[in-house]
Amino acid sequence: MKEQLANIKREALAAFEAVDAPAALDELRVKYLGKKGQLTAVLKQMGRLSAEERPAMGALANDVRTALENAIEAAAQKLEAAALEARLKAEALDVTVPGKTVRRGHKHPMYRALDEIKDIFVGMGFTVLDGPEIELAELNFDRLNAEEGHPSRDWSDSFYFDQDARVMLRSQTSPMQVRAMDTMPLPIRIIAPGRVYRKDEIDATHSPMFHQVEGMVIDKNVTMADLKGTLNLLAEELFGKGTVTRFRPHHFPFTEPSCEMDVQCHKCGGAGCPTCKGEGWIELLGAGMIHPNVLRMAHIDPEEWSGWAFGMGLERTAMRRFKIADLRLIFENDARFLEQF
Amino acid sequence: MNLSRKWLNEFVEIDAGDREFAEAMTLSGSKVELTHDMGGEISNVVVGRIEKMERHENSDHMWVCQLDVGKEEPVQVVTGAWNIHEGDLVPVALHNSTLPGGKKITKGKLRGVLSNGMLCSLSELGLDERDFPYGVITAAALLNDYHPIDPDKPSIPADIQPGHKIFGPVVCAGVGAVASAGRGRWSCGLMWVEDGSPVGTTVETDCQNIHSMDLVAFNIKTRTICTLADLHAEQKEFPHCIPDGIFVLQEDCKPGDDIKAVTGLDDHVVEFEITPNRPDCLSVIGLAREAAATFNKPCRFHQPEVRGGGEGVLPELLDVETPDPELCPRYTARMARNVKIGPSPKWMRERLRSMGVRPINNIVDITNYVMLEYGQPMHAFDYRYVKGGKIIVRRAKDGEELTTLDGNVRKLNSSMLVIADDTRAVGLAGIMGGLNSEIAADTVDVVFESANFDGTTIRKTALALGMRTEASAKFEKGLDILNTLPAVDRACELVELLGAGQVLDGVIDILNYVPQPTLLKVEPHKINALLGTDVSENVMYTILQKLGFETTKERGMVKVPSWRGDVKEMADLAEEVARFYGYNNIPTTLMKGQTTLGGYSPEQKLEQKLGSACRSCGYDEIITYSFISPTWYDKIGWPENDFHRKSFKILNPLGEDTSIMRTTTLPSMLDILARNYNYRNKDVRLYEVGRVYLPGGEDGLAGEAKVLTLGAYGEGFDFYDLKGTAEAILKDIRAEDIHFEGSLGAPSDVSYHPGRFATIWCGANQVGVMGQIHPNVAKSFGVDGELYCAELSFDSLYHHAMGADPEYVPLPRFPSVTRDIAVVCDEAITVGALEKAIRKGARGLLKEVALFDIYRGKGIDEGKKSVAFNLVLRADDRSLTSEEADEDVKSILESLEAECGAKLR
Repeated sequence: MKEQLANIKREALAAFEAVDAPAALDELRVKYLGKKGQLTAVLKQMGRLSAEERPAMGALANDVRTALENAIEAAAQKLEAAALEARLKAEALDVTVPGKTVRRGHKHPMYRALDEIKDIFVGMGFTVLDGPEIELAELNFDRLNAEEGHPSRDWSDSFYFDQDARVMLRSQTSPMQVRAMDTMPLPIRIIAPGRVYRKDEIDATHSPMFHQVEGMVIDKNVTMADLKGTLNLLAEELFGKGTVTRFRPHHFPFTEPSCEMDVQCHKCGGAGCPTCKGEGWIELLGAGMIHPNVLRMAHIDPEEWSGWAFGMGLERTAMRRFKIADLRLIFENDARFLEQF
Repeated sequence: MNLSRKWLNEFVEIDAGDREFAEAMTLSGSKVELTHDMGGEISNVVVGRIEKMERHENSDHMWVCQLDVGKEEPVQVVTGAWNIHEGDLVPVALHNSTLPGGKKITKGKLRGVLSNGMLCSLSELGLDERDFPYGVITAAALLNDYHPIDPDKPSIPADIQPGHKIFGPVVCAGVGAVASAGRGRWSCGLMWVEDGSPVGTTVETDCQNIHSMDLVAFNIKTRTICTLADLHAEQKEFPHCIPDGIFVLQEDCKPGDDIKAVTGLDDHVVEFEITPNRPDCLSVIGLAREAAATFNKPCRFHQPEVRGGGEGVLPELLDVETPDPELCPRYTARMARNVKIGPSPKWMRERLRSMGVRPINNIVDITNYVMLEYGQPMHAFDYRYVKGGKIIVRRAKDGEELTTLDGNVRKLNSSMLVIADDTRAVGLAGIMGGLNSEIAADTVDVVFESANFDGTTIRKTALALGMRTEASAKFEKGLDILNTLPAVDRACELVELLGAGQVLDGVIDILNYVPQPTLLKVEPHKINALLGTDVSENVMYTILQKLGFETTKERGMVKVPSWRGDVKEMADLAEEVARFYGYNNIPTTLMKGQTTLGGYSPEQKLEQKLGSACRSCGYDEIITYSFISPTWYDKIGWPENDFHRKSFKILNPLGEDTSIMRTTTLPSMLDILARNYNYRNKDVRLYEVGRVYLPGGEDGLAGEAKVLTLGAYGEGFDFYDLKGTAEAILKDIRAEDIHFEGSLGAPSDVSYHPGRFATIWCGANQVGVMGQIHPNVAKSFGVDGELYCAELSFDSLYHHAMGADPEYVPLPRFPSVTRDIAVVCDEAITVGALEKAIRKGARGLLKEVALFDIYRGKGIDEGKKSVAFNLVLRADDRSLTSEEADEDVKSILESLEAECGAKLR
């Protein structure tokens, strides 16, 4: 009997070792360990043994059973691992097949640039104002110290809705300075982005409608040095740390002193190239200290309060920021253009 | 404003290079746009005298010239030009020379004959006839150059001989000797045969292409040599008798001279952008002041000196009246007699040319010269035509007419100022002279006017007549009233200098307004406080003095120069200080003072949220013009009398297409969709938050309402795609009770497909519309496919759709029961109505209803449909039993039947 058990064990272990499919393993399990299996058959002979022999033989039979069960377990695990490996192999993908499209919308580049500018100023404690585009000439001009006869008041330069030139399409966002002065408590820190209109034919650099952002601060002891500091910060945020700027004297009726800010040409670093028309600098915005007349007209005492203001064109900024060559692309809204941003 | 560096150097010597000059002037406030080195591309081009010219032996049209170019040996050059003669001075581009446009000239052989360079035309030097009017060539039709268009039918026989009649009085003549008659005219000896015997004559002609041995067409009657035009000939019939040729110099020069100096191309011209507050800088003297202050150099201004002594007494010859003194604050005039009209000298022409002014004749050139130099517009009248010796500066009569120098008849009115004599207007004050008193070749006595006119009147008149001139542009900005006298003196000085006439003693000077100098207090601490600087008082005074401000006795005050009408108060002085202290030397600081909160308003936040919702649904942002064409209302199908058409109308639009302010964003979106469609862009999804402009706002302004517009098209895109987007956007802003209502029964929006249109609601408030665009509307935009749009009112969304902040609802603790039901109902019953019935029938356990199928066809009667829903039922406090769920479903089915006549399938 001992011999029988040893034979079963040897035979079975070899069979389990060689098994290559789960079904065959099941068959073997039945063959050796099933109710009618070989081991059971041997155990059934136990009754014939003497009482002395029985415990030893029983232990031996149990050992064989345990060994067989372990071997079955091992074989099963091996088969399972092989099956998994085979499945993973079969499931392998061509990872170069394109991913499934998730449609995403795109912000217009002009608004992208504007949102950057807004965030910069909101971070500095500015409020963002919206205002009317159909505006009183009084606010667009008179209250901004641009008296009758100022060239921008010409009917060849601005759009009007009545013969008296009372109501017009604002030619700048600057009337928002006046609206802020008239409605907000001092001190004031605002920016006012929006559409403006000038009588320019559409070409690569002009459009009768475009966008500006106005900025204004009124407080005690505001200086031109503050203006420069703030605008330098803006230039660095927009065009990167270390952006070099320069300030040039200019003229606007509503600021005195007035200036324009240039940024050094990114292409040539100031040496002069076609991008900057050989000047080494690219004009970014106009600014200045609020003209005392403008403050007086808003009943703000220029002896007590001072302020600065700036206005910048957004399309041009976006064009520079994203290297867009032609302004017409901005208003053409070709999906192939929009999807680039 | 153009500035000749040579002219500038007459007043202040500045040797800075172009770039340095431009940079320094720009940073002190005179913005330089461009600098032209007028002869920058020209090198090794000199004056040559044609010593000898012979016909090229291997060519029917070339000449071989021997030129004296100031060297020992003559230079041989071959040329194809016919307008030159022996003795002419011409520009010679020598071997290894350069010309404008990067052209390089080297020696070479032309049909076997060595040519050591090239003779140049005006255009080859980068010049044109405006620079040198005498450089225009009049070409005679040379019969020996005749090439018939049809060789079988020549209009002039190939063997034509002197004496052959061409037509009428025109005969063929042979050219004998040709000699210069001065000033570009030529005297030609002609011979022909008449009645068998030779006849000869000598005529003068402008034609420069005639040489001995040529055959010309001579009109015996008019005694002129015929040009191509005279023969009604085409250019190709006389291929070498062309109006282009070598620039034959009439300048005072000699062989070997550098052509750049001879033609004034050795100058550098700086183009400035002068801001409207600085009319004083629209002059050489004004810019010289700025340049002197910028480079810290002294200015040498010149006091005009007039010898005078001309015959006659000025007040007897001329009387000036200014009946409207407020429109003519000052009128200054002088007279010159025995004037000889002729070209002005080379230096003057060169300077005018460099500043972009065309030379005309000595008197007119003098007025232009003075205007450029002093910034004071001048006018010269022919005294003959100033009737009664009287100049009256008066308002025009309504309906009065004047033909201005440009030949246009101007209809005037009483708001306009004219210069008149006893009987009629002779000039439009400050804008343009009259043709009736123009300086002509035979003008003998000249009146020079140097006046100051009211800027507003000039501007309005120029605008009304559509004739802005250089003079009017200056006057309208307001000129220095003290400048009229030096300017008129300078003009008279130039008359004497040019020997153009005799100036009368005395000046007529009517001063209706005596300007008071502006005195300003200099407050250094205030200036520094405004600029954020620490500039010393001394530096401030130095800067102001350099600019012509006079320091008055009691220190602390300055007198503003008369030409600086723009300086009125402390801030203006601060700008002067800043300009020359250097804007870039002002420190950069960050704002101090009270901090403000800042940030975005709830409206702005909603706008941002809507944008990001649209983008997350795959929609791209667009920007469209706020002004549209009125025809766009037709294109979107609006009836003619629709009150929505009432729009703000621009009185001076760029064109009809951009002439009214839109009251709807729909056509703007359709235009962009159509454009993309035409570009064959496949699936397109667009959005814009844009404004409409509705009449009736405050102060006569518009109500500017914002609209969120969505537009889309593409393969398989349908109504429900757009509806899903609208729902997603509304859910994104936490709108509640969103529902859509069809147009069945209600009048739909005419721009949309009547059966595929819905109004969008949040609770009881309509927030927008959406649907498929009506096929006719799509067609009117040139699109034959389906377009989809939605229009959502920003205000409605803000007031009625924007939901509260989210509030946590506990997650379900008990399982839910799901039931699918399918009911059959009439086709006309909407899914919305069925859903409503389901909710009505539910007894509080129904948590979700979801449509999952609509079926028509086999098994369902005609005119009916089967609609299937998935219902989720749940109680918050217990697990539902199947019986409880069934009871609810039963109630739901009863409601469906009662409300909609829908039966369980």
